[in-house]
Amino acid sequence: MTEVEETLKRIQSHKGVIGTMVVNAEGIPIRTTLDNSTTVQYAGLLHQLTMKARSTVRDIDPQNDLTFLRIRSKKHEIMVAPDKEYLLIVIQNPCE
Amino acid sequence: MAPKTPNKKGTAVVTKKQNQEKTKQALPVSEEVAATNMENMGHPEIYPLVLTTKTQEIFNCRVDEDVTDKQPYKLIKKADIIADFINRAAVSDFYPVKKLVQEYPGDELLLVYDKDFKYGLNFYLVSTEEAKENYLKSPEEQEEQEEPREYKEPSPEDTYIYKPPVSKPWVSLGSEKEIEEETVKESTKPITYMISRKRGQFGAPFKFSDQNASSVKDAYIECTAYPDKNFTLKHLEKEVGMQVIPKVNDTSTQTRWVYPKNATTQYYPREFSEEEKETIGQSKPLIDFLNNMSISVEIALQQNEIMNTFIDDWKSLAEDEGTFGDKTDTHLKEYQSFTDLHNLTEKMITCVSWHPVIYGLIAVSVAVRFSFEERVQFSGKLLLQPSLILFWSFSDPIHPQLMLESPDDIFCFKFCPNDPNIIAGGCINGQIVLWDISAHAERIENIKTGSTRIKKATLKPMFLLEPESNKETMYIRHCAVSSIESGHRKVITDIHWLPGTFEINRMGSVFENRSGISCQLVTCSADCTICFWDIRTQRTTTQQTDKKKEEVIEVPFDVPPTFLHLDLSWKPLCRLRLSKSETTLDHCPTKVSLNDDDASYRTQDKTLPPIKVVKAGESPYYNLEGGMANHLKPIEDFCTKFFVGTEEGEVIYTDWKMERDPDTGRLVPKKPVSLYAVHDGAVHTVQRSPFYKDIILTVGGWNIAIWKEGVMSGPLLQSSCAPKRFTSGHWSLTRPGVFYIGREDGNIDIWDLLEKTHEPAQSQSICITTITYIKPWTFSGGKHEPLL
Repeated sequence: MTEVEETLKRIQSHKGVIGTMVVNAEGIPIRTTLDNSTTVQYAGLLHQLTMKARSTVRDIDPQNDLTFLRIRSKKHEIMVAPDKEYLLIVIQNPCE
Repeated sequence: MAPKTPNKKGTAVVTKKQNQEKTKQALPVSEEVAATNMENMGHPEIYPLVLTTKTQEIFNCRVDEDVTDKQPYKLIKKADIIADFINRAAVSDFYPVKKLVQEYPGDELLLVYDKDFKYGLNFYLVSTEEAKENYLKSPEEQEEQEEPREYKEPSPEDTYIYKPPVSKPWVSLGSEKEIEEETVKESTKPITYMISRKRGQFGAPFKFSDQNASSVKDAYIECTAYPDKNFTLKHLEKEVGMQVIPKVNDTSTQTRWVYPKNATTQYYPREFSEEEKETIGQSKPLIDFLNNMSISVEIALQQNEIMNTFIDDWKSLAEDEGTFGDKTDTHLKEYQSFTDLHNLTEKMITCVSWHPVIYGLIAVSVAVRFSFEERVQFSGKLLLQPSLILFWSFSDPIHPQLMLESPDDIFCFKFCPNDPNIIAGGCINGQIVLWDISAHAERIENIKTGSTRIKKATLKPMFLLEPESNKETMYIRHCAVSSIESGHRKVITDIHWLPGTFEINRMGSVFENRSGISCQLVTCSADCTICFWDIRTQRTTTQQTDKKKEEVIEVPFDVPPTFLHLDLSWKPLCRLRLSKSETTLDHCPTKVSLNDDDASYRTQDKTLPPIKVVKAGESPYYNLEGGMANHLKPIEDFCTKFFVGTEEGEVIYTDWKMERDPDTGRLVPKKPVSLYAVHDGAVHTVQRSPFYKDIILTVGGWNIAIWKEGVMSGPLLQSSCAPKRFTSGHWSLTRPGVFYIGREDGNIDIWDLLEKTHEPAQSQSICITTITYIKPWTFSGGKHEPLL
């Protein structure tokens, strides 16, 4: 297996993880473990949100940058790890 | 001297005569020598004089004699006055006018009496002839004038002589001036025009034609208006009202009207194709990215796995309490209902009791629902119908297991706490009935509620052996009844077994009970007495009863001989009469609650060895006679007080210990310690709490009350009147603050004192008829037994 696959599989195997996906800079999903429509929805929305969050952080302090974004909702937690070119999105259910 | 003018004289005198009363009086200026005349008054000829009486006598002008009002004057001769001058010289009154007299032309002078002192003195002298003549004449004229005036007055009434007006010359008084002013006169002379025309032109035909006014010069004469400065009014002042308003601007625009329209777009997301995904997936940047990011992602994931940091501990703590007050748990569910097709038609359940030992067995006493008159009426019919206590088992809801017969309707009964095979019941007629069901004890014991099949298998042979016992219900006759004469006379309303720890003697004093079993009963009845009974033989009456017994009674063969010694001869040990001191009416007790009386069977199990169903012949009750012979130890400091609820709704706390009445020497019951009329109706439940021995619940009428033994001021809690009458009540055996009340409309009210004290915590409708008895039972969870 490729490294990519291994990493993604490792992440997916964590306790409570519902889905994992990799999205490029334009919001187009590259790899995903969820179905297509869900992936596309998540990708589009979270991409915009990440952009906004990053610009917010940069506006406050131009030398700062966004490293991680965690959105906790009632049902689960969405974690977004941004990069210059890609986005790693993981959805986990934190309740034990 | 003032000169005398003739004009003045004439007019002055006349006027004086005409205006006699209007002239003023002025004091004459007195001069020493000469006489003064009245010139200053306009009468120069009048000389006032003072004439003394002597003078008056001389000249015969005495006042009121010679000179009166009618004739106030006197003519005096000149010679007399001169003679008087000579005689009296300066003393003469006429002296001041001496010269006047001497110069007087005539012979007689006029002396007038001035009564009114017009001229200041009482007489005055007129100095001229003319005046004298005038004076003389005028009164005549006056008289004359007066006379015709007097005559004239009646005459105008009789005849009116018409005198035509005589034209007189008009005297102008200035009115023509006004007329002149008002008359209109022509200021200017009117202009006259003379217009002439040729004669031939008159009447000639004429022709009119139009012409423009402006073309001909003199066709018209115009008077153009011009502003004449003489007539222009300069408006100097103008009154204007002002009001301030905001500036108002009227503007308008025109817009293009747009209306909402639905528009849709359709899109599809950009996606990579599979090959593209593959290529990107293998690209180095992605690998690097994942390697970098996966670390932080995994940290985050692990954080979540370790602990949910957003849990609200406080809220999650509360979630456990949510299921506490679940309503469905406290609902009463009907477990089992028993109906007997043959015996229970139209009957009322008077008492219910669980079998103390055997689980799932209930004893029910029934009575006919008749009033007293109806009982008398149908007494013949009633004798045929047996009065019963029925034993029900949960396994068989239709057929009662046992039926105990009694001579009359049972109103209350109790299992003996020590031996569940002995049952004591109180009848309507006042008898106590005892049963001994030891013979059938095995039968009942073996009946369980639908339990294991194995047991049933073993039971089978038994049932096969006695088939009839399964189908038919056994009628068991009573063992003993109390004496009719010496017992109660009216219905026994309550019966209790005294606990086996103490016993009472005839006086009510408490002794230790050697035998350790309950052998005494207390009953209260509607004949206002409370009786204590002993089921052991009474030595005194043994002989008599033996004789009676042999003669009269034929005991059926299947009745155990346990209580034969008591049958029909049983007398109470001691009797307490609850009497009100004032009236002859006594309290009618309905329920009694003794200390330690309502002992639950659980506690008994602890103190005494576990009770098994004793086989016939082994019961200690068969050897009761032995107990009486022992010497008994009295118990000190035993509380002999107990609560009684009465028919009238009173709760009495009284003592059963009898005392000797000092007067009569008889045993007399003590007066009650406290009496409270709390309830509106008959008290039908007086019960001690199974958890607190000194808390008593009384239910009666429309309200309930909770009492504490020892608190004499009244009930601890008294509920308000309920809409429906309460007919039964019982403490809960599991929860100290809970008790159940049955109402006459078929509802059960569950009162929880920890939750609400003013109203029931729950009310549930069980049935449509009155609930007469509630008896809960504890056996691994509370069970309830309300019946109608």
